[in-house]
Amino acid sequence: MSQVLTATGFMGLDSGLSLRTSLDQTVPADITMANDSESPGQRRAAWMAAAQAGDRRAYEKLLADSVALVRATARRHGVTQDYLDDVVQETLITVHRVRHTYDPTRSYDAWLTAIASRRAIDALRSRGRRDSRELHDDYALDQHPDADDASAAAESGQRAQRLHEAIAELPPGQREAVEQLGLRERSLSEAAELTGRNTGALKVNLHRALKALRERFHGEP
Amino acid sequence: MENPDVMSDPQSHEALIDRLGTDLVPVRRLLPPWLRTAGWLLVVVALAVGLLMHYGADPMLRRWAATPDLAWAGIGAVITAVCAAWAAFALGVPGRRAAWAWLPLPGALLWVGASGLGCLRTWIAPGTELAGVHQSADCLLFIISFSVPLSALLIVLLRRACPLRPVLTAVLIGLASAAASASLLEICHSFDAAATDLLTHALAVVVVVAANAAMGGRLLSRT
Repeated sequence: MSQVLTATGFMGLDSGLSLRTSLDQTVPADITMANDSESPGQRRAAWMAAAQAGDRRAYEKLLADSVALVRATARRHGVTQDYLDDVVQETLITVHRVRHTYDPTRSYDAWLTAIASRRAIDALRSRGRRDSRELHDDYALDQHPDADDASAAAESGQRAQRLHEAIAELPPGQREAVEQLGLRERSLSEAAELTGRNTGALKVNLHRALKALRERFHGEP
Repeated sequence: MENPDVMSDPQSHEALIDRLGTDLVPVRRLLPPWLRTAGWLLVVVALAVGLLMHYGADPMLRRWAATPDLAWAGIGAVITAVCAAWAAFALGVPGRRAAWAWLPLPGALLWVGASGLGCLRTWIAPGTELAGVHQSADCLLFIISFSVPLSALLIVLLRRACPLRPVLTAVLIGLASAAASASLLEICHSFDAAATDLLTHALAVVVVVAANAAMGGRLLSRT
C-alpha cells in the first residue's frame, strides 16, 4: 500500500510513523495512542486521519462515536424521533463517500456537523413534500375521519404498539426486512445496500415475516 | 410513531458501520482550497499568455494609460476571478463557513464601479472610439465561449469535493469564470468601454452566472 499521506498538524511525526506500522501489522497503534489528555473531538480527528489511510478499526470506532453527534445535530434542526435513524444512516453513507475531503488539521466535529445538517434539511424537505401530498389527498382524509377522537387514537396506538412488539420478536433477518422494506419504505436495492443482504434473501424474509405476523394477529382472539 | 424506542435500532447502524468498514480503502486527501484555486488559475494564466503572445501587451497598456479607470476595472475583474474561485473551493469542503461567499464582493465592486465610470466616457470624452453593436456581440461571444470551458473545469474539480451548498457554489463558479473571461478580454479589447459595451459585459456575466446557478445544483450535487 503506497502511502501518500503525510502526518499533519497535531498528529506529529511519531504518530505518522506509528500509523504506518499499524497498517502493516493491522494493529491500530493510533487507538492506543488516543490517551486521556485528548479531547473527544481530537480523538475523532485522529481516528478520521487514520481511517483516511485505511485503518478499519479506527474508522468503525469513529462512525459509532459519530452517531450521537449526528442525532444531536438532526434534533437541533427539528427532525423528529422517527426520522433520526434515517438521517444518521444517510449521514454515515455521505461521510463514507466524501471522507477524502476531511482535513486533519481542522475540526472533525465541524466537518461532520456540516454534513449532518445538510442531510437533516434534506430529510425535512422530503418529509415536507410527502406531508403536503397527503394533506391534499382527499382519500387519505376520508380514511382518517376520527383523527382527533381520543379513544380511537389510543386504540390505534395500542395496535401499533402490539405490531411493533410482534416485529421486535421476529428472527433478526425477518425483522430487518420488515424494518427496511415495510416501515422505512426503502426500495429492495437500497435495503440490500444497507443490510448487505441480497435482494432475494430480503424478499423471502419479508414474505416469511408477513406470514408470521398475519398468523399471529389473526390467531389472536 | 408511537414507540420511538422500537424504531431506534442501533443494530441497523452497526450493520451499516460494519459494511462501510468493509468497503474502507485508503483515500488521497483533497488538496487545500488555495492550492486547488492556484491550479485553476494556472489554466487562466496559460490562456492569458497565449493571448498576449498573439496580440502583444502594447495595445492593452496604451489603452490603460489613456483610461486608468479601465485598468482598475481589469484589476477588479482579476481579483473577482481569484476570490470567487477560492470561495468556491472553500465551500466545497464541509464545515467551512458560508461567509466565504462574500470574499469576491470587494473585487466585484471595484470591477463594476470602475466599468460604470467608463459608461460616462461617452459624455466626458466624446472623441474616443466606441464599440458598435457588432463589436459588442463579439464581446458577448468571447466572454461566454471562454466561460464555458473555465466553468466546466471548475465543476469537474469541485465534483471531487463535497459542495454542501450546490447553488451558491455554482453562482461562485459562474462569477469566477465570467470574471476570468472578462479579464482575458482586456488583452484583446480594441476599443474603450461605452454604455453598449458595458451592457454587453453585464449581460454576458449574468448569462454565465445564471446558467451555472440553474445547472450547478444538478451538476454539483453528487453528494
